[in-house]
Amino acid sequence: MARNVPDDGKPSRNERIDAAEASGETGGLIETSVTTEDSDEHSTPGRTIIESRGVDVFYDDVQALRGVDMEIPENRVTAMIGPSGCGKSTFLRTINRMNDLVDSARVEGELRFGGTNVYDEGVDPVALRRRIGMVFQSPNPFPKSIYDNAAYGLKVQDKTDDIDDRVERALRDAALWDEVQDRLDESGLELSGGQQQRLCIARAIAVDPDVLLMDEPASALDPVATSKVEDLIADLAEEYTVVIVTHNMQQAARISDKTAVFLTGGELVEFGDTNEIFENPEHDRVEDYITGKFG
Amino acid sequence: MAADTGDDHSFGRISRSKDVAFEYLTLAATLVGIVALGILFVYVTRDAVGWLDWQFLTSPPHPDPYEAGFYPALVGSIFLMIVIALVTFPLGVGAAVYLEEYAGDGPVERFVRINIANLAGVPSVVYGLLGLGLFVTLLDIGYGTLLVAGFTVSLLVLPIVIISAREAIRAVPDSRRQASYGMGATKWQTIRNVVLPEALPGIMTGTILALGRAIGETAPLIMIGAPTTVFGVPNSLFSKISAMPMQIYTWASYPDTAFQYGVVAAASVTLLVVLLSINSAAILVRNRYQ
Ligand SMILES: Nc1ncnc2c1ncn2[C@@H]1O[C@H](COP(=O)(O)OP(=O)(O)OP(=O)(O)O)[C@@H](O)[C@H]1O
Ligand SMILES: [Mg+2]
Repeated sequence: MARNVPDDGKPSRNERIDAAEASGETGGLIETSVTTEDSDEHSTPGRTIIESRGVDVFYDDVQALRGVDMEIPENRVTAMIGPSGCGKSTFLRTINRMNDLVDSARVEGELRFGGTNVYDEGVDPVALRRRIGMVFQSPNPFPKSIYDNAAYGLKVQDKTDDIDDRVERALRDAALWDEVQDRLDESGLELSGGQQQRLCIARAIAVDPDVLLMDEPASALDPVATSKVEDLIADLAEEYTVVIVTHNMQQAARISDKTAVFLTGGELVEFGDTNEIFENPEHDRVEDYITGKFG
Repeated sequence: MAADTGDDHSFGRISRSKDVAFEYLTLAATLVGIVALGILFVYVTRDAVGWLDWQFLTSPPHPDPYEAGFYPALVGSIFLMIVIALVTFPLGVGAAVYLEEYAGDGPVERFVRINIANLAGVPSVVYGLLGLGLFVTLLDIGYGTLLVAGFTVSLLVLPIVIISAREAIRAVPDSRRQASYGMGATKWQTIRNVVLPEALPGIMTGTILALGRAIGETAPLIMIGAPTTVFGVPNSLFSKISAMPMQIYTWASYPDTAFQYGVVAAASVTLLVVLLSINSAAILVRNRYQ
């Protein structure tokens, strides 16, 4: 299973970790209930909320990520791009420890969320996932009513006060309310693909997480639905930290503040402000990738 | 041009005789079973005419074939089914959930998985022997009681329930579990809210089909000393019971041909009708939720 091993101890890395620790509030993942409610008040847009230090991920003997260093800013959109199989989804699943569910996966290095290494022994992955929501590559609503889909996280997390209001707000925020308000009892599976994906987004934001991880949320959608989801992400970034994987360069350029470019072999080749990456990439390989010369 | 002449053979023709022969061969293979069942049904039904009536279904057995009834055996079988369903459903679902959702992939788990499939193939007499040793001799629940019969036949069909429940659980797409874990659900919440509701129709279908298997079992009942003939309806779990196949077996060994043909035929038709209703219920459940 996923286990943390302290990083290789290069001085520069450790210094940066210490700095982050000093500036950031310490997570509270171990007793989440205490910190979840007031997390909004403390949010500081732009400050690093997730910090990856030398993260290696292995599936059995195959290494999917190599020494990834990254600082993801709070209440911003961070895009991950790169060719297929370069480890984008793996990185996303490392953040909320969904890799724990993959028997062959093993994580090394440090992944700090609000200052706490999420692979520390005392961290409860279930509590972690209640603060870091996830939207998957293909829509995966439950075979339940639209209402029950949107309310799923609220019920599971015991946040059942004002549940109707929360469900409505989530569906409104996901730009789905107008289309479904008259048929909340119908099965979520009867919606179109784009509506299903927005339902999954509503399900994820209903519980008010701090971070939203989105794995190619628009890959199965037509252009109209895609632009709806993009608008939505722009709105979401006002309240949430969004990390989004996409294969669409224009999309990354349009919606993100920061961009991470992974290349084959699981290396994070470049990470920085989206404008810089797209206008003036440091590496030729990144430029080639962005301009479509390979990948 | 070539199309409208109809006999343009410029491409040549490929023989289809093997194709056709094979088609009829497979058709014949399909029909053997169905035709045999049909003939059986016709014969039994013909013999049952005049014997299978309301009086037969509502009276106790009687030495006079014209007075003989099936009521205690019919009710005994139904009670037996209820006990078996109550025992196998929770045990079967529990085992299946453990094997699919919790158990790892170690050698012990693999051994258990393989052997559950083997258990499903163990002859029913052997289970009868086990029931006799375990429930009658060791636990002393009493020869041929409803409880012992229920437990014994439950052991017999439990592997079938486990196997079908495992298949139903495995058929739940992993993306649904991921969605649930991604929402911060615990394993129990995921099983309770996502996996089991979606697997339930499949589990129920499997359980009902297993009951269909159980209702025809005679050998284990003989082994645990179920009485050949019972004149009353069971009034507790510790009443001695008879069951339909048991009673049919007994009647078939009577010297009187009126028993051997008429009464046995009437009882067999009753058993078949109950069995087919159970199987139809399973199909209905399956279609309803698909
Ligand atoms: N569950 C798994 N078991 C074994 N190997 C895996 C597993 N998931 C991913 N991998 C491997 O890890 C590498 C990275 O996969 P990942 O899914 O993270 O790529 P990706 O960048 O998301 O690709 P895509 O753009 O196609 O979604 C690939 O080589 C893949 O084969
Ligand atoms: Mg991916």
